[in-house]
Amino acid sequence: MSTHPDPAAIPVGAHRVAQRVAPENLVVEVAGLLDAGFRLGLVAAHDDGPTLRVVYLFLAGAPDRRIELVVTVPVGDPRLPTLAALSFSASRFEREMHDLFGIVPEGHPLPRRLVRHAHWPAGWYPMRRDAGEPPPFTETEPYPFVPVEGDGVYEIPVGPVHAGVIEPGHFRFSVVGESILKLKARLWFTHRGVESLFEGLDARDAVHLAERISGDSAAAHGLAHSLAVEDALGLTLPDEAHRLRALLVELERLVNHVADIGALANDVGFSLALAHTQRLREELLRISAATTGHRLLRGSIRPGHVALLSLPDPARLERIAADLAEIADLALANTVIRDRFTGTAVLTDVQARDLGCLGYVARASGVGTDARLEHPTTPLPVEVAGQSDGDVLSRFLVRRDEVAASTRLATGLIRSASGRLVVDAEPVADGPASVRSGVGIVEGWRGTIVHRVEVDPDGRLTRVTVVDPSWFNWPALPTAMADTIVPDFPVSNKSFNLSYAGNDL
Amino acid sequence: MNALAAVGAVVQVGGVLAGAPFVVGGMKQVRARLEGRSGGGIGQPWRDLRKQLRKQQLRPTGTTVVFRVAPAVAAGSALLIAAIIPLVTLGSPLDSSADLFGVVGLLFLGTVALTLAGLDTGTAFGGMGSSREITIAALVEPTILLAVFALSLPGHSANLAAIVSAASGDPAQALALGSVLAFVALVIVIVAETGRLPVDNPSTHLELTMIHEAMVLEYSGPRLALVEWASGMRLTVLLGLLANLFLPWGIAGAEPSLLGLLVGTAAIAVKVAVLALALAAVEVFIAKLRLFRVPELLAGSFLLALLAVTASSFLASAR
Repeated sequence: MSTHPDPAAIPVGAHRVAQRVAPENLVVEVAGLLDAGFRLGLVAAHDDGPTLRVVYLFLAGAPDRRIELVVTVPVGDPRLPTLAALSFSASRFEREMHDLFGIVPEGHPLPRRLVRHAHWPAGWYPMRRDAGEPPPFTETEPYPFVPVEGDGVYEIPVGPVHAGVIEPGHFRFSVVGESILKLKARLWFTHRGVESLFEGLDARDAVHLAERISGDSAAAHGLAHSLAVEDALGLTLPDEAHRLRALLVELERLVNHVADIGALANDVGFSLALAHTQRLREELLRISAATTGHRLLRGSIRPGHVALLSLPDPARLERIAADLAEIADLALANTVIRDRFTGTAVLTDVQARDLGCLGYVARASGVGTDARLEHPTTPLPVEVAGQSDGDVLSRFLVRRDEVAASTRLATGLIRSASGRLVVDAEPVADGPASVRSGVGIVEGWRGTIVHRVEVDPDGRLTRVTVVDPSWFNWPALPTAMADTIVPDFPVSNKSFNLSYAGNDL
Repeated sequence: MNALAAVGAVVQVGGVLAGAPFVVGGMKQVRARLEGRSGGGIGQPWRDLRKQLRKQQLRPTGTTVVFRVAPAVAAGSALLIAAIIPLVTLGSPLDSSADLFGVVGLLFLGTVALTLAGLDTGTAFGGMGSSREITIAALVEPTILLAVFALSLPGHSANLAAIVSAASGDPAQALALGSVLAFVALVIVIVAETGRLPVDNPSTHLELTMIHEAMVLEYSGPRLALVEWASGMRLTVLLGLLANLFLPWGIAGAEPSLLGLLVGTAAIAVKVAVLALALAAVEVFIAKLRLFRVPELLAGSFLLALLAVTASSFLASAR
């Protein structure tokens, strides 16, 4: 196989090269990259008028390598060979592209709808430039669930409206007695068209939208977007800016992990843990508000800029981490909780690898992946937590350990801070002469977030593509639920805690 | 039996009716305080009932008379149990029917009414909850029967008043092996029957884990109020029965005086409150069992009840 990057590839951004590929060579090129240890990070389609352009972004860490394969197809007959045989996540990107751009993946084993539900008429592709206003909804398009038949099999439909304050998603359980035979998660109820909302916005002034992609990952999505725009505009920031930004992402990780550790215990009826983690979460939110002026860390990170109001007190963070460790120990000392967590919803390492899982879901199944090490903006002493059993207990333990590791990282960043709380990029003489692209990669609390932007010479965003780790991890949930019983679903689902908004966009 | 005995029965029904929401509220409040929360106060279930009773009566499409009458059957059976079992006085006018088999039958009647209502809605959750509830009920009812049977051996009667008066005549009996085993078995089945931790979590919002709550998901407004009231009353009468079977101190006799009634009322209120608070305090530290482990727990309690019967009959025949 050829070396990567290919000598014919041209540099297009930080650690990133692009290479034009003819559609008929795509499968061979992709197979070569996957064999060389790259993963498919993102697929972005673009409507360039007479042609549709598809960018496949492949990523590999240590050292940071980013390779883009660029394929163009005529708008009149957009067809691409499917990569489904090589990569499961590619097969889902292809279904998304078919729904939004009408690009047909030839030979796809499951060419069904993904983003657009049954009421969207066939042949209307919202991301095409000539799409116009949405047409009236129809009732005609088939989009059935696969029926499971057999003696005593029944279906439990759950959602999209759920009890409690959570996002919309429909789960269809096919069950015998209490054992789950098949689970189908139907998402995209909260598809807002976020990617097209970015189009036409000033590249330096669109971070507010990125912060709202998934409300619990405001800092991480905001940072991924900012990094992508900086990559496109050629902005560079000093090391201390990257360290301040890393601190905010770690604060976000702490808030979410702390809340979920209590929520996991609460889902097996141990509300004592929830009451105490809610207290710690509130304390962390107040620290976030004092640090950035916003409880959810919005508004501090912008392209070419980072601004903090103050630095958190490291001793206070350490005390919160110690409290959390005590709560986690209390929960794990309870034999019933251990019994509920152990061996529940197992995701094997092979499954996690095949599905392309990211974040703590992958790390709990023995697949070490962490963008803080693979695609660093600044070298940080990151400790990667890991487990190998892939059950609810493993995901609980990984998150407990990440709270401790993240606290050490955050307090280290605070204690070594230079004292400057507002840092800007070096000024650049002029913007890009032509359309330039940028990629931003951040390890949010759920896993690796990838943003890819294209900016025109006027400094406006022409296309933004976003991939939340939930996109990769959602298929893992039904996989892990096989052989699990129905009443264990809520705690299993919570142990994955995937974002609907981040997936549906 | 005198007129005051009839008053005693009325006090029992009225007390359960009015006191059940406070029992539930007290348990929630204890739990909240022990978890470090401020809680809604012990009057909160009453405020919830008042709110629900003012709401519009809704009937899900396709449901039948089964769905409509089930809450009344559940509440009525609980009230009837309250009238006949010896809570305040041994002299209930319905004493002749205060047979332990009758009481277990009434308890089961309430359970079956709600399970049928769960099936009547035709929803997946209703059916799922009913299936789980009946699985548990099938394991719980025989245990209650056996446990009370063990207690009936010393008094040579299945009449509850006779069992209680035998126990109050011989307080040491409460510490006999058979009684202790039967007590533990009864505590476990009461926890299961009333849907408390570790069998069911009454405060969960997760439909897929629910047992009792899944059956009654389609209820709203006044009927939901009745269902919740009924489940509070079941808990209250079962705790009251448990208290008096083992610690009948203070209960008024078959021919009660006014003072006896007052003492009996105060005694049962204190006993139920103590038991409820103890149950709530224990719940703070336990989690919900995996559904497939619940039968193991109930099988254990059945075994304890069986041992209780054996121990009691052995001791009774040895005497």
